[in-house]
Amino acid sequence: MPDNQKPRLMQGNEAVAEGALAAGIGFYAGYPISPANEISSILSARLPRKGGIFLQMEDEIASIAAVIGASLGGARAATATSGPGFSLMQENIGYAVAAEIPCVVINVQRAGPSTGQPTSPSQGDVMQSRWGTHGDHPIIVLCPSSVIECYLITLRAFNLAEKYRIPVIILMDEVVGHLRERVELPPPEEVVARPKPTVPPEWYFPYDEAAGLVPPLVSFGEGYRYHVTGLYHDIAGFPTQREDEIEPWFERLFEKIEANREDIIQVDEEAMEDAEVALVAYGAPVRSARHALRLAREEGKAVGLIKLLTLWPFPEARIAKLGHQVKKIIVPEMNRGQMVLEVQRVVAGRRPVIGVNRVGGQMVSPYQILELLEA
Amino acid sequence: MEHKRAEEHHYLRTQKKFPTVWCPGCGIGIVLGGIIRAVADLRLDKDKVAMVSGIGCTGRMPVYVDFYGMHTTHGRALAYATGLKLARPELTVLVVMGDGDALAIGGNHFIHAARRNLDLTAIVVNNCVYGMTGGQYSPATPTSAIATTAPYGHIEQPFDIANLAVAAGASLVARTTVYHALEMERLIGRAIQKKGFSVVEILSNCHIHYGKMNRMSTAVEMLRWFRDKTVPIASLQKEQGAGKIGRGMLVDRELPEYYEAYQKLVQVAQKGA
Repeated sequence: MPDNQKPRLMQGNEAVAEGALAAGIGFYAGYPISPANEISSILSARLPRKGGIFLQMEDEIASIAAVIGASLGGARAATATSGPGFSLMQENIGYAVAAEIPCVVINVQRAGPSTGQPTSPSQGDVMQSRWGTHGDHPIIVLCPSSVIECYLITLRAFNLAEKYRIPVIILMDEVVGHLRERVELPPPEEVVARPKPTVPPEWYFPYDEAAGLVPPLVSFGEGYRYHVTGLYHDIAGFPTQREDEIEPWFERLFEKIEANREDIIQVDEEAMEDAEVALVAYGAPVRSARHALRLAREEGKAVGLIKLLTLWPFPEARIAKLGHQVKKIIVPEMNRGQMVLEVQRVVAGRRPVIGVNRVGGQMVSPYQILELLEA
Repeated sequence: MEHKRAEEHHYLRTQKKFPTVWCPGCGIGIVLGGIIRAVADLRLDKDKVAMVSGIGCTGRMPVYVDFYGMHTTHGRALAYATGLKLARPELTVLVVMGDGDALAIGGNHFIHAARRNLDLTAIVVNNCVYGMTGGQYSPATPTSAIATTAPYGHIEQPFDIANLAVAAGASLVARTTVYHALEMERLIGRAIQKKGFSVVEILSNCHIHYGKMNRMSTAVEMLRWFRDKTVPIASLQKEQGAGKIGRGMLVDRELPEYYEAYQKLVQVAQKGA
């Protein structure tokens, strides 16, 4: 058994770094910020050993910009930050969405707004991760709730980014980032390589819908000279103001995600077969919900858990089913209620959807959830 | 001459990209010509050249050249270029920016790129104004000049862009103007060849905005201003240099280049592993 697959005690942030390395990360740029720092520290030691680039930039804006530049050069690239840095990155995340350049952005959430509580947990960035950059856009956001999931989700994030030419955000929280658990890393999987065009350079168009929902992206330096811009662009990547060129591109930008919801969305279930109450959770509150579920089941109450590993695109189909499956839905979150709005939208009044919220840097307690079972 | 022109056209995009978005007589076209001639003189393979830009009039330049082109966000061209160059060290990476792009919103990246000394060539087209948005004052607008947002005269001091780059640690720093087109071409060529971070500041005319508000409403009047306002650096200390701006090579020095230093770091890390 290779060293890195032996069982060991590992921290969430460390598992993210391991996942990135397993995914073949070649470039990392970041700026110091709690509670995400371990990711940078580990990669600053590990990346040079495999010939990859680790760079500490002058701020988070430069970090994400360098990541996108490196990705266009062909490297699998990522950055990690927390709320304030995530806010600074938004404009360039939008650039990567519009120019369709793969990258991975890890946000280990802290309590906010503003500087907030740098080392306390929160899930206040759920809506920012969806709508943080300006303009209408698709995005993929994944969320781990355990150390092994930190590893697996990071690996998956790199692959989804390449497969769909889109930034993938890993929305962690301080609890999961700093949690230590025993893990056994699975043997490395094959990583998804960037699809290559089959046409000669003069026929290559990086935004051509005729080449499919996700046209192949050739890295700079490989002989296919093209232009990339954050402006609305034609199939060749040149700025355009023609609606007949903009519309098909915009349509494809959304459709590449919409048409692949099944591939992108991951939802786990526990004890849902006979459940009358569903707990819908993501991140650290999954752990509180699971504890509450166990206590409730000991008392003979039919409680189940739906764990969201993909937050965006929102797992609409599965959540909508709850409207016919259970009597009540409870959504625990470390914020004033963000994802609960989405659950309510999809359940559409068929069943009561109740939020359990905690802010101020503490985890949602299992007893907060249990109280609501009685209500 | 005819032969050379063909070589230059080799580096321009042929399909539907001309005329440019720039106003008639704009200095950015002269800068584009200077870059193309410098690249042609060096006989660079266009598959080995990337041009990265930010936002503004100068930001539109990559559309016209047949290199890999990256038109990024406002102020961030150097940060994008840093990632690209480290992922593809074999590419010659030209970064073209205006004065607002490079020195206001991108000022932090500019000084840190100089300090880091990665092998990038930064070309700052300094027209002392925000042209695309309509003539607002920039960090390079001279004191007392009129701008759309300085209708009573500008009260701030401008950056000395070239000397800022020297102080921040760039390997090569030069300054010229679009009036001195041959000097510009030569300096750009030397900047491209230089291993390390190099900066060429090029004073350029925006007669449409800056010129009109400052009694130089034609391109020719602005070019005369560049001719009369500047002297070769060697003449700065002489009588004719009093109150003038120095042109030419400010520094050309040997400093550790970032990627070379990084390769050494990789060797150390791999030995320890």
